[in-house]
Amino acid sequence: MRLGTVIATLAIASGVATAAVAAEVAPGDVAFTDDGVAMSLTGTAGDPDEGAKVFKNKKLGNCLACHANTAMEKELFHGNVGPVLDGVAGRYSTEQLRAIVTNSKQMFTQDTVMPGFYSLEVGKDVTKDLVGKTILAAQQVEDVVAYLGTLKE
Amino acid sequence: MNNISLFITGPVIALALAAGIAAVKADPVDDTLTIDGKEMISRAKAPEGHPFDEVMSGWLFRTAETRALEADTFVNPGMLEVEEGGAIWNTVEGTAGKSCASCHGDAAESMKDVGANYPKWDSDSGRPINIELQINKCREKNMGAEPYAFDKGGQKALTAYVKHQSLGTPVSIDLGQGEMQNWWDRGKELYYTRTGQLNLSCASCHEANMGKMIRADHLSQGQINGFPTYRLKQGKLISVHNRFRGCIRDTRAEMPKAFSDELMALEVYVTWRGTGLSVETPAVRQ
Repeated sequence: MRLGTVIATLAIASGVATAAVAAEVAPGDVAFTDDGVAMSLTGTAGDPDEGAKVFKNKKLGNCLACHANTAMEKELFHGNVGPVLDGVAGRYSTEQLRAIVTNSKQMFTQDTVMPGFYSLEVGKDVTKDLVGKTILAAQQVEDVVAYLGTLKE
Repeated sequence: MNNISLFITGPVIALALAAGIAAVKADPVDDTLTIDGKEMISRAKAPEGHPFDEVMSGWLFRTAETRALEADTFVNPGMLEVEEGGAIWNTVEGTAGKSCASCHGDAAESMKDVGANYPKWDSDSGRPINIELQINKCREKNMGAEPYAFDKGGQKALTAYVKHQSLGTPVSIDLGQGEMQNWWDRGKELYYTRTGQLNLSCASCHEANMGKMIRADHLSQGQINGFPTYRLKQGKLISVHNRFRGCIRDTRAEMPKAFSDELMALEVYVTWRGTGLSVETPAVRQ
């Protein structure tokens, strides 16, 4: 979080601390439309390399638990609970991908088993230390969306 | 050739690779479980009102290697603890100077098919009772011994020993006893309740996605006819409430206590979901 610290320090120095904080959209304030989520959650462009790490990390996105992704064929064990993500960038726009990762229940239906990765719409009895916390940070969602954008046929 | 050296040096990795191969073919196998020459019912017509047409043992969802371990009681690693349970059965404990055998004699006769019909209604406590709690009740009332703490003492071994006396017998519980039907209703509600930060219910995996792969794990119907089950991952017998708690924890939720009303209701309902399957205790799973 070094960059974040630098930005915060700069923001405070220039007297716009609140503006810097407001740049990150809170989970409850994400605006879903029929086209998805148009606005970046952070205002900082996603980094596809970081996104790939979040995607495969079992403690972060763990996307491979449910989705196969040929671009990561060196990784063992791809699940098939969700659709294969090969070419997903050709099927969904960036805005739609952002909406799906943020809270797929807003894009699909309440019945989807896909967790909302930047949502507080969660199940009962959340582990005490995770109450009020999202699975991924806003920037991690942006990074994953940037990575998904590289998955073209 | 990093992979090959890992394969040779790590039996756990070898198992993991075997599971990876199964990922290619993610359906329950067409195979028959025969334990020591006795054929098990691993597919049965589902009871009325069940979401599936057919109930299937988790054995059908495991790799050939894991399946083979269960088919022979001499290689089944869970049988060691079952034998320990047999020793406990004959051990005198408590102020009354009794063992289980003092009253129940030969378990092969007195406990035959008993485990296939639990949980049962317990009018003394006004709630369903499972084998573990029945053992504790007997220890306190008849033996003058301390009840076992959850998963402690000989609880798992003795429970497995008692259930093993029903090996092959189809699971069947009587919802007409006492308030069993109310507990079934409550268990059903819990089965479909999403928990935790990951927002998943039992049904999210074991009903909606049964037969699919979640990373290296082949999702079964989540049947409990083989509990206590020997889990290769943990290298010991695992009780059904331990597994319920583990699954709930994996949704990133707080875990209900073992034998709590929630988990007893869930046990009643999930046992019913496996109606007609043979008791496999001790089953062998990944």
